Amino acid sequence: MQFQIREHTAVSRTKHEQQQFVSVSQLNNVHCHSLNMSRRYDTRTTIFSPEGRLYQVEYAMEAVGHAGICLGILANDGIVMAAERRNTNKLLDDVFASEKIYKLHEDFACSVAGITSDANVLTNQLRLIAQRYLLQFQEPIPCEQLVSSLCDVKQYYTQFGGQRPFGVSILYMGWDRHYGFQLYQSDPSGNYSGWKATCIGNNSVAAVSMLKQEYKEEEMTLEDALKIAVKVLDKTLDITKLTPDKVEFSTLTRENGATKMKILGAKEVEALIQEHEQVKAEEAKKTATKK
Amino acid sequence: MECLIGIQGPDFVLVASDSASGRSIIRMKDDQDKMFKLSSKLLMLVTGEAGDTVQFAEYIEKNIQLYKMRNGYELTPHAAANFTRRNLADSLRSSSAYQVNMLIAGFDDASGPALYFMDWLASLQKVPFGAHGYGSFFSLSIMDRYYKPDLSRAEARELLQKCIDEVQRRFLVRLPDFFVRIVDKDGIHDVSIPNKS
Repeated sequence: MQFQIREHTAVSRTKHEQQQFVSVSQLNNVHCHSLNMSRRYDTRTTIFSPEGRLYQVEYAMEAVGHAGICLGILANDGIVMAAERRNTNKLLDDVFASEKIYKLHEDFACSVAGITSDANVLTNQLRLIAQRYLLQFQEPIPCEQLVSSLCDVKQYYTQFGGQRPFGVSILYMGWDRHYGFQLYQSDPSGNYSGWKATCIGNNSVAAVSMLKQEYKEEEMTLEDALKIAVKVLDKTLDITKLTPDKVEFSTLTRENGATKMKILGAKEVEALIQEHEQVKAEEAKKTATKK
Repeated sequence: MECLIGIQGPDFVLVASDSASGRSIIRMKDDQDKMFKLSSKLLMLVTGEAGDTVQFAEYIEKNIQLYKMRNGYELTPHAAANFTRRNLADSLRSSSAYQVNMLIAGFDDASGPALYFMDWLASLQKVPFGAHGYGSFFSLSIMDRYYKPDLSRAEARELLQKCIDEVQRRFLVRLPDFFVRIVDKDGIHDVSIPNKS
């Protein structure tokens, strides 16, 4: 009797997998052959495929690729972080001034791209790690230590059994006494790296190549960084016109020996967008007269 | 019976520890170094239960070295002192507490010299000068009288000598010799003082 029940559940599970498998194929347009290969190895996060890949981790990265864009730019006098806001229903209660940018401690903040509920777990972890360090040393945790501690958590879910990895990439901005202003990025695999300007989420490849063109080594000011952020968002977002309710800007600076974090208000964002529109119009005029 | 003394100046910390080691009423040796080098500009002077002192100091020392290896930079004196306090406070609330008293002298490139005083109850205090043991009964009042925040290295050594002289004159127990060191922006240096006994 017991055996029969077991068999039954096994059958229903394969059916479920097949359903999943169809939906993935529709999404990715992957060839049937490689799907057959992957089907056998992607049910468990902890198993390599014959080509040496971890499918669940790659799918998690895929989830991040569909999320709203986040970008960060390092300047000499501060850091800018900008994020796309997707939940723009007017019935939504706007008790939260910021939707995607989280303050982690005194001089550290992050922005997330991916599954928001997963991100909430990770930001909780980040805050916990930061407070533990503060409790032990009575000093704020240096940036890289916090990032690397969280990446240990992320990595755990790519190696130990039965659970899926976090579908979240995170952009971190912070300041510490050792290395000053810093910008980091971490992905679902648990890899992390430091950047001068980078981007995660939907269309991030295009955004990064734009940042590469616009970024002026060693001579960036916070003002320049804000302008570039608006420009990149305008080009890479799937919307015709940039509005303050669709994007979120924050800055991190140092004033009188303390870190100051600020989320830009709607008016300030509006001013930035208008300035950008003017520059764009002038450039369009110039190219028109040249022709 | 042991004695530790520390004096902070504008760009250095001068510390001294007696060199006696004994058990019960017996003096075992006279060249016991009670200072532990935690990192390049951080020195811990420890007294207390024999055995506990070395065990606790080495535990802290090794953890601070590990931090440096993991992160590529050293803990600040402030962070190191608070880390030590946390460990001692946790130990105090266990069934086998370390009974150690200490002075922590350090130099931070950003915030300058620092001297911390902590007893076996893990009561950490940042102080301009401090002393542990019976020697503190003789030396604190002298430092109260003669200490000034902007004293030079020579003046600090003079003040320390006054304290040691008093300990050696009035204290019932003989403390013939002291180790003296200075912590500044260049690290930890030995200082020789004339041996009076």
